[in-house]
Amino acid sequence: MTVVSMTVNGKPAKADVEARTLLVNFIREELGLTGTHVGCDTSQCGACVILVDGRAVKSCAMLVGQAEGADIVTVEGLAKNGELHPVQKAFREHHGLQCGFCTPGMMMTAVDLIRRKPQLDEQTVREELEGNLCRCTGYHNIVKAILAASEDMR
Amino acid sequence: MYQFNYVRPTSLADAQALLAKADDPKLLAGGQTLIPTLKQRLAMPSDVIDIGSLKELAFIRAEGNAIMIGAGTRHYDVAGNADVKKHNPALAYLAGMIGDPAVRHMGTLGGSIANNDPAADYPAACIALDAKIHTTKRLIEADEYFKGMFETALQPDEIIREVTFPHPEKAAYEKFRNPASRYAMVGVFVSKGPWGVRVAVTGAGQNGVFRVKAMEEALAKNWSPDSVASIKVPSTDLLSDLHGSADYRAHLITVMAKRAVAAS
Repeated sequence: MTVVSMTVNGKPAKADVEARTLLVNFIREELGLTGTHVGCDTSQCGACVILVDGRAVKSCAMLVGQAEGADIVTVEGLAKNGELHPVQKAFREHHGLQCGFCTPGMMMTAVDLIRRKPQLDEQTVREELEGNLCRCTGYHNIVKAILAASEDMR
Repeated sequence: MYQFNYVRPTSLADAQALLAKADDPKLLAGGQTLIPTLKQRLAMPSDVIDIGSLKELAFIRAEGNAIMIGAGTRHYDVAGNADVKKHNPALAYLAGMIGDPAVRHMGTLGGSIANNDPAADYPAACIALDAKIHTTKRLIEADEYFKGMFETALQPDEIIREVTFPHPEKAAYEKFRNPASRYAMVGVFVSKGPWGVRVAVTGAGQNGVFRVKAMEEALAKNWSPDSVASIKVPSTDLLSDLHGSADYRAHLITVMAKRAVAAS
């Protein structure tokens, strides 16, 4: 067992868990934050993307111990004071989802992308989404939503 | 995943001591290969020693005619570093093509070359750029370091500290990516520098990364895509799998080499 403590969506989180616990399982099962999804479990689909110290990572490819002391943001941490994050608003506005399963990972990737590259074009967004799969193939509106959000956040 | 003992040393010296002491340890850097391997129960280490957060392994320094990159430096940081982009843009380009953005935020240079996946990108850069691999025990020339598929010259109790990449005069990397995994089906790194001309191929060899001497000789005489256009690597020792036959990979090597020379 290993004791871990970190900040998740601004709140302290601490637990005594098996060392082999994946970060995504800690978030979903220990903290009950089930917005972060497990799609493929082979680090390809990106449904589990969260921000660790500001950077998008695949939480199914991290041990919980690696996040010791980290500042974590999951999809549940995007909205502030009942107000949706610009990325969430844009996904709703442009219908950037079909079944919705990939959406949390898509949005966390988008938040990270807009932080890194405030000036976005369609080609860049498509390239940057290479680690996020939408099995409904709903990329068109996802790309539109991310471009709209980046405009909105400028 | 099997059970293991997880430790997170706070210094390289502590990591070295833990590594020497443990039964069957594995070093964890970014974990982008190791963790999927553990999840599939393809490895059963007694101890996982997490060196991913060691600050002393995460740095990029330009000094003299070379760039020193700490083994714990993330691909994302190499790809975006101003010194790497200025002195060795091909290396920055290569780092920015590994995996996807989330993988690049975690994966490390040291992890990549310690694992030596036959389709990894960094081994090609190390060989083509005559890199020096500094470990906790010694300096290993890149040419002496890569020993075969998933095999390196590293001893069990040795940790990579940093890799020195001398500045090339010309260099470029071209990768034909597997459309699903984005790993290199074939990646060719060409370079010209104080070491002469080098052509290193990843993704294709049964024994991992290798050099193509015939292409190096031709490019030394005339640095032009035409020089390599008619040089074909024999398919005998090339990988053949559901993604592509050995002959297909042999063909791709010539194509990628041409493109790399053209891009340099």
